[in-house]
Amino acid sequence: MHMPAGTNDTLSLITAKALWMRRRAFQMVYMAQLGHPGGDFSAIDVLATLYFGVLRFDPARPDWPARDRFIMSKGHASGALYTALCAAGYFPESWLDSYMQPRSLLNGHPNRNYLPGVETNTGPLGHGFPVAVGVAIAGKLSGSDHRTFVLTGDGEQQEGSNWEAAMVAGHRKLSHLTLIIDRNRLQQGAGTEETSGLDPLDQKYAAFGWDVAFADGHDIAALHLALSAPPGDRPRCIIANTVKGKGVSFMENKANWHHGVPNADQFATAMKELI
Amino acid sequence: MAHATAKAGLFDCREAWASTIEALAAADERIVVVVNDSVGSSKLGGFQKAFPDRTINVGIAEQVMVGVGAGLANGGRIPFVSAASCFITGRALEQVKADVAYAGFNVKLVGQSSGVAYGELGATHHSIEDFAWLRPLTDIIVITPSDPWETAEAVKWAATHEGPVYLRLSRMPVPALEVPDRVFRVGKAEVMREGRDLAIIACGTTVHLAVAAAELLAQDGVAARVLNMATLNPLDEEALHAAAATGAIVTVEEASVRGGLGGAVAEFTASHRPIPVERMGFPGFMPTGSADWLFAEHGLSAPGIAAAAMRALARR
Repeated sequence: MHMPAGTNDTLSLITAKALWMRRRAFQMVYMAQLGHPGGDFSAIDVLATLYFGVLRFDPARPDWPARDRFIMSKGHASGALYTALCAAGYFPESWLDSYMQPRSLLNGHPNRNYLPGVETNTGPLGHGFPVAVGVAIAGKLSGSDHRTFVLTGDGEQQEGSNWEAAMVAGHRKLSHLTLIIDRNRLQQGAGTEETSGLDPLDQKYAAFGWDVAFADGHDIAALHLALSAPPGDRPRCIIANTVKGKGVSFMENKANWHHGVPNADQFATAMKELI
Repeated sequence: MAHATAKAGLFDCREAWASTIEALAAADERIVVVVNDSVGSSKLGGFQKAFPDRTINVGIAEQVMVGVGAGLANGGRIPFVSAASCFITGRALEQVKADVAYAGFNVKLVGQSSGVAYGELGATHHSIEDFAWLRPLTDIIVITPSDPWETAEAVKWAATHEGPVYLRLSRMPVPALEVPDRVFRVGKAEVMREGRDLAIIACGTTVHLAVAAAELLAQDGVAARVLNMATLNPLDEEALHAAAATGAIVTVEEASVRGGLGGAVAEFTASHRPIPVERMGFPGFMPTGSADWLFAEHGLSAPGIAAAAMRALARR
């Protein structure tokens, strides 16, 4: 399914899917009393834009060689990925209710052997990006036009493996690779800049041979424009400025919602706000 | 009855690896190699010349090297990721665990110059811990060939097997082993010599030493069974039951005595048939010295293994 670029219908669809994903992911976290809702919410608009406006895929053929790949390197935000894959048609909605229950296919971190549509196993940070580089190299070797998108957290950029990956991708001019950084400026314990500062991320990626762009990570039209732009002659890094916990007033920009879980009152309040 | 002998002459098994992977790549365009600036040490100069696009050199960067291997497998390729075994396992262990074993990608990890081949370079460059690191990753098939023929067979098998494999190769000169009707079977111990008094279980570069030790023991009237346990994951438990039935076992490996072949055999016998097990190998970080010196210093020789066999028999 490949949506026409930028039409109002497309943007409305993405917006509606993103709202459903937020509500459903928070319900999963509430039921499991486990999860990473702050990071789910900062990433959901990016995932909704990719799955409902950008990616070329067919849920009936998850191993279709020419599919675009999306790799969720920040695997802890599995609520965002699972709701996206479910909404995209990879598995029935009832599966979401099993999130993190014994023997569930919806493990806390995604496993490609459990669920169709999961491209690789992630969870430990700094793994998805190197794998995405390998996928992009495979595509280039085969002359395939498929694209590879990988989303990392911003705190995740502190892992050195990302910089190995950035160097290889820049050197090999992997034009069909797009890295999206979920720049919510908060990691588990504190702000990124007070922990081990990342700025200027744009200059760092530019120095590694990447095209770099910023986007408001919650502006669907801006995200769609940035993510659906055709490949250039080098890899592309999109720094998506986001808000951790986006969409729920008491969660926004609060580090403790990294893996905080709601009580009944908080859940009810969130459901009222997410409309 | 199998009765292996070592032919005259010594070989660097990397030559067998290199010629085999080149031939396989010529027949199957899915095959690629991924290296960390290790074209030379992996003897892949010929491969690179023949298949420059399929030689993916990521530079000195082992984490992305293994991750790229997983990504290439996602993209339908059959990657052989080749680097010094100390780095491909130790430096990239979490990638080996998460991206290869847990994710289950069709990646072949090729550990070059394993064990103490880098002798004088010291413990940083020895790879004697890799067995212990990889054994709990039961989704990876671990193969340690003993000679050039077995190296070539292991590479060929890995290319056709769908799933993660670790090939633990060596640059240590070893003789070619002459075994009647020799067949390469993954997951099956190869009987190099029959014997009822005890079993010597070896792998890789120590198999020919175990064969020579059995000759020495035979001169003293001791009939040792010798097994080539080329596959460490999964372990051939049927062969271990038979070995344990002799009443004493010596394990021999170019690796730490903790957690490798010796550890696996000790786990097995503790669970199924407690008998004396003498574990030959290396104790940990070692003083400076050549590989040959380190082998001699730790009894990895025909007389040293024969002496261990007598110790095991005395404990029976």
